[in-house]
Amino acid sequence: MKFDTPAGTNPIDQMKVVGKPVDRIDGKLKTTGTAPYAYERHDVVKNAAYGYIVGSAIAKGRINSMNVVDAKSAPGVLAVITALDGPKLGKGNSNTANLFGGPDVEHYHQAIALVVAETFEQARAAAHLIRVDYTRTDGKYDLAVQAKSAPLKGDGSDEGSGAPPVHRVGDFEAAFAAAPVQIDQTYTTPDETHAMMEPHATIARWDGDKLTLWTSNQMIDWSRRDVAKILGIPKDNVRLVSPYIGGGFGGKLFVRADAALAAVGAKAVGRPVKVTLQRALIMNNTTHRPATIQRVRIGTDRSGKITAIAHESTSGNLPNGDLETAVSQTRLLYAGANRLVSMRLALLDLPEGNAMRAPGEAPGMMALEVAMDEAAEKLGMDPIEFRVRNDTQEDPEKPGRRFSHRNLTECLRRGADMFGWDKRMAKPGQRRDGRWLVGMGMAAGFRNNIVTKSAARVSIDAKGVVTVRTDMTDIGTGSYTIIAQTAAEVMGVPLEQVVVLLGDSDFPVAAGSGGQWGANNSTAGVYAACMKLRAAIVQKLGYDQARAEFTNGTVRAGNRSVSLGEAVGQAGLTVEDGIEYGDLDKQYQQSTFAGHFVEAGVDAATGEVRLRRMLAVCSAGRILNPKSARSQVIGAMTMGAGAALMEEAVVDKRFGFFVNHDLASYEVPVHADIPHQDVIFLDETDDKSSPMKAKGVGELGICGVGAAIANAIYNATGVRVREYPITLDKYLDRLPQVV
Amino acid sequence: MATFPELELSRRGILASGAATVAVSGLPQDDAQAAPSQTVKPVSTARVSFTVNGTPQKLELDTRTTLLDALREHLQLTGTKKGCDQGQCGACTVIVDGRRINSCLSLAVMHEGDSITTVEGLGTPDKLHPMQAAFIRHDGYQCGYCTPGQICSAVAVLDEIKANIPSHVSADLNTPARLSGDELRERMSGNICRCGAYSNIIEAISDVAGGAA
Amino acid sequence: MKPFSYERVTSPAEAAAAVARTPGARFIAGGTNLLDLMKLEIETPAHLVDVNGIGLDRIEPTPEGGLRIGALVRNTDLAADATVRRDYGVLSRALLAGASGQLRNKATTAGNLLQRTRCPYFYDTNQPCNKRKPGSGCSAIGGYSRPLAIIGSSDACIATNPSDMAVALRALDATVETVQADGTTRTIAIADFHVLPGKTPHIETALKAGELITAVTLPKPLGGTHIYHKVRDRASYAFAIVSVAGVIQPAGQGRIALGGVAPRPWRVEAAEGDLPKGAKAVSARLLAGAKPTADNAFKVSLVERTIGAVLAEVKGKA
Repeated sequence: MKFDTPAGTNPIDQMKVVGKPVDRIDGKLKTTGTAPYAYERHDVVKNAAYGYIVGSAIAKGRINSMNVVDAKSAPGVLAVITALDGPKLGKGNSNTANLFGGPDVEHYHQAIALVVAETFEQARAAAHLIRVDYTRTDGKYDLAVQAKSAPLKGDGSDEGSGAPPVHRVGDFEAAFAAAPVQIDQTYTTPDETHAMMEPHATIARWDGDKLTLWTSNQMIDWSRRDVAKILGIPKDNVRLVSPYIGGGFGGKLFVRADAALAAVGAKAVGRPVKVTLQRALIMNNTTHRPATIQRVRIGTDRSGKITAIAHESTSGNLPNGDLETAVSQTRLLYAGANRLVSMRLALLDLPEGNAMRAPGEAPGMMALEVAMDEAAEKLGMDPIEFRVRNDTQEDPEKPGRRFSHRNLTECLRRGADMFGWDKRMAKPGQRRDGRWLVGMGMAAGFRNNIVTKSAARVSIDAKGVVTVRTDMTDIGTGSYTIIAQTAAEVMGVPLEQVVVLLGDSDFPVAAGSGGQWGANNSTAGVYAACMKLRAAIVQKLGYDQARAEFTNGTVRAGNRSVSLGEAVGQAGLTVEDGIEYGDLDKQYQQSTFAGHFVEAGVDAATGEVRLRRMLAVCSAGRILNPKSARSQVIGAMTMGAGAALMEEAVVDKRFGFFVNHDLASYEVPVHADIPHQDVIFLDETDDKSSPMKAKGVGELGICGVGAAIANAIYNATGVRVREYPITLDKYLDRLPQVV
Repeated sequence: MATFPELELSRRGILASGAATVAVSGLPQDDAQAAPSQTVKPVSTARVSFTVNGTPQKLELDTRTTLLDALREHLQLTGTKKGCDQGQCGACTVIVDGRRINSCLSLAVMHEGDSITTVEGLGTPDKLHPMQAAFIRHDGYQCGYCTPGQICSAVAVLDEIKANIPSHVSADLNTPARLSGDELRERMSGNICRCGAYSNIIEAISDVAGGAA
Repeated sequence: MKPFSYERVTSPAEAAAAVARTPGARFIAGGTNLLDLMKLEIETPAHLVDVNGIGLDRIEPTPEGGLRIGALVRNTDLAADATVRRDYGVLSRALLAGASGQLRNKATTAGNLLQRTRCPYFYDTNQPCNKRKPGSGCSAIGGYSRPLAIIGSSDACIATNPSDMAVALRALDATVETVQADGTTRTIAIADFHVLPGKTPHIETALKAGELITAVTLPKPLGGTHIYHKVRDRASYAFAIVSVAGVIQPAGQGRIALGGVAPRPWRVEAAEGDLPKGAKAVSARLLAGAKPTADNAFKVSLVERTIGAVLAEVKGKA
């Protein structure tokens, strides 16, 4: 189905099932421990041996030799495959560094050996017996140092945000110089790690030259392509199965060493092999969100109209790596005639930087929306009024190109009412509650909506059961449930009558999970397939296509009516279709918007920050399931709180690695950090996005919330911290002295 | 007050500042250059008997096997999850003799005679435990990987409050432990949820406990 | 994890003898720190003696009016004990501020005293560490040292002791009771139990090889207001950046011990005379001679501010 004109009325608009806050259809499996994750497939793979990966102990250099004699003779060991004597692997399109290093080492903890043994304990112990002799060479590990000579570079990330190296509209420098009110500040965000709860894991089994990988992956088709490329085998010989994924956040968009080396290990020992990355390896072995240095300049007139806005960002990566596109939202969020964005990419020998939840916007909004707060204060304006004054209904770079639907102002106004914003003291440091300095902060939320093709196969059987098959993944996003809701709505059957099978490369290629594009596109693909199935049924029955209605498990046209099961008979009926898009996303700018509100307490003595209240008001098109959509937003708000307050993969600038590479030393929020969270969805649809009239929402919640927290801390204390995370050591000496 | 000079490098640091050969081993006590020499110690096994979800189990295990791996790999009870294997996430939480523990930091052979309850023992898809049903109702999960640990922990937390075990946020140590949102948040903090379902999880637990978060 | 043999024992004497008999043997109780370190092969015992069956799990009054805590009393039970809550509140508070409910259910009194540093360079076996591999160098010095020690450290090691419980025990002047392989028993004052790194950071306690902790005794209650104030980035399940155990008497005098700043619980009795003068005075004497790194120099003012918060809380409760 081609979607190239705005959606008219269609079966989704019935909203009998879609739009309802139904419980997840996979909930019973997840809560009883019966949903099978990648490493747990005792049901389909017998007799798997255990693989254990050895990571490089240096960040850059060369392996001279590896002594594996003891490891090979250790009890239970079936094979030891090293970077020096193992197969030479290719590199996936989505990988910057090789998944299997050697003899050259590209980053710390790069995989350099795999031990396969009968048991996990044997494999782990033998891995510790491998001795490696390296020649270490100098590397570049300090972004602040390399930033000074970093070249300009443009980029579009795989996740949709992007910008050219330098992009200008009007004359920024002149307008900024002339602006009566100016803000010119630099903000930094650190390297961050996804820290999904399920470590990367894969079971590999070869059947002749056919390879099946039960793995944990967000993008089945990308990864199937890359597995084939890495192993040098035809894509058709690779099957990926990933029905349950214990979190990804971008860290599982791509194939990682567990998948590649499980396949290599299984080949070597002639039986299935399972490999999981040990937790302490993940942060340096896999990808991370790169650190940024961002300069934001905003010039306004006396009335608070932005006349000049510039956002420049520098990040680093390995050779051939991508940028963190932290400036992209600044091209679209606020009006202003004179504009500049630019990006620089420094060469670093740290592990590979890549996508993490809302790449670009998540760190970009942490800078822009604090700068907006600073500008509002300088103007003496309420920060909400300042944003409303600079709201726009058209692309600020391309006058006349309108947003498909934009209701930022309502997000901010509604949020202000709900949150009691009128009780905020404009002057910081004024509110005290016992030992706590208390403040309120807000920020706009912004993340683009991306449309991308997505397909599904839909069957109906003699009992009227509808089965949807698509390689779409559910990484906690609720894909199973919203796809079932979509199929139930279109086919006119109860939700219980829909079976959804996901995450298998034997199924039609779907959008996959990334860039908050999964929900809208994958359901649109299922919608397309279901509409085709409807047409096939109507045709089979000889009914009038124009008059046919699908309700309560039956299809009717005029006086004629038959149950769906009877309609298709014993043979059943299967069709396949997908959604493809025209250029509505070019004609209109499609984005999602939010207002983030935070109340924070800062311990007057110790500087510890504790969040008291959080609210997000979201404008994101039709909400397919308010219950699971709320979860997406609160989850992103929680990760944003971590980014604002505690998360930092600390670089050892001498040796080039992330030092705090476990879950005790890289702190992510725990229950006690997160208060009750409120989420409001504006009641709206976006007919330019897809037949679903929905947009993404899974990343909107992390875009802006960190700045709202920073602004709340400022409002509480009067101290502005521009280096994330905002930990107490950065402002303790600026807090009011305690007696 | 004296401070260490910022740039004072350790011996290794000096090596790192220029090209040099370094030998690194997973074996902290060994010289990486050494020839293969040591005798590799044979695997040691031991027998253990315990009850899992009411079913007696007798196992002969490599002594190194954690309770977590005994459950997941030997008994194929994969509901209990391995998130870190270091006691830093709580995904492996099970209830042993009425108390929640991290099964990753406990050797299976140390559980002789113990009664172990995993998420599979709390309820099944056809017969959910009230806590499991509440997690579904309140969408107290997303990816589902920390969920079994959260649920086992939640069940045990309510018992801990009943047993008058205080917490870090209990205002008064000498009055009975109370149920509140703050108490639940503190007590559940050993179970990390990176999807960030915390707000909903606390509502699910409060629902079961009959209180308000 | 290297292979090891395993045995269960049923009495303290049997336990001590079993460890003495077998080369490379170690006791295991809760296992919450030892097993983690064994997985990384930072600890490599050849034989484990499981002491969970030897009793030592009771909390009893002493003839002197104090309390004797069995070595195997779990952290949860110690924190929840009615007498501890009433008379040694700082100990309950310290325990409850540490780790998680799951870990406290397993971790024992003796094991908590013996837990090893959380210095990230100690944990990463690719990095030189004098504590892990004597003579290899300290990679924390000049590296990431924000969580590490500001005082009591040496040119060989700047690791901190991670225990919260030990800080409270130091403030309470606890005594550690042990038994050795030959059956002799002794007591070690908590002040002498943890030793400073000097040139030998791999030596962390006064225990001799094979010596088993049997109990920790507390002197009779001190009265006063008991506070354990732990500062950390996240609100729970995190090691202290700085912690302060305070037992403060109505007249303003009292005891203060620090966590998160030194290789052992940090207490300077002479500084406590300055308590009535306020946090600044006490802090200055407690931290006299401190050698922070650029990364953790903030801990000096954080200590002062946290002591200030403790004293303010005492006033608020008075």
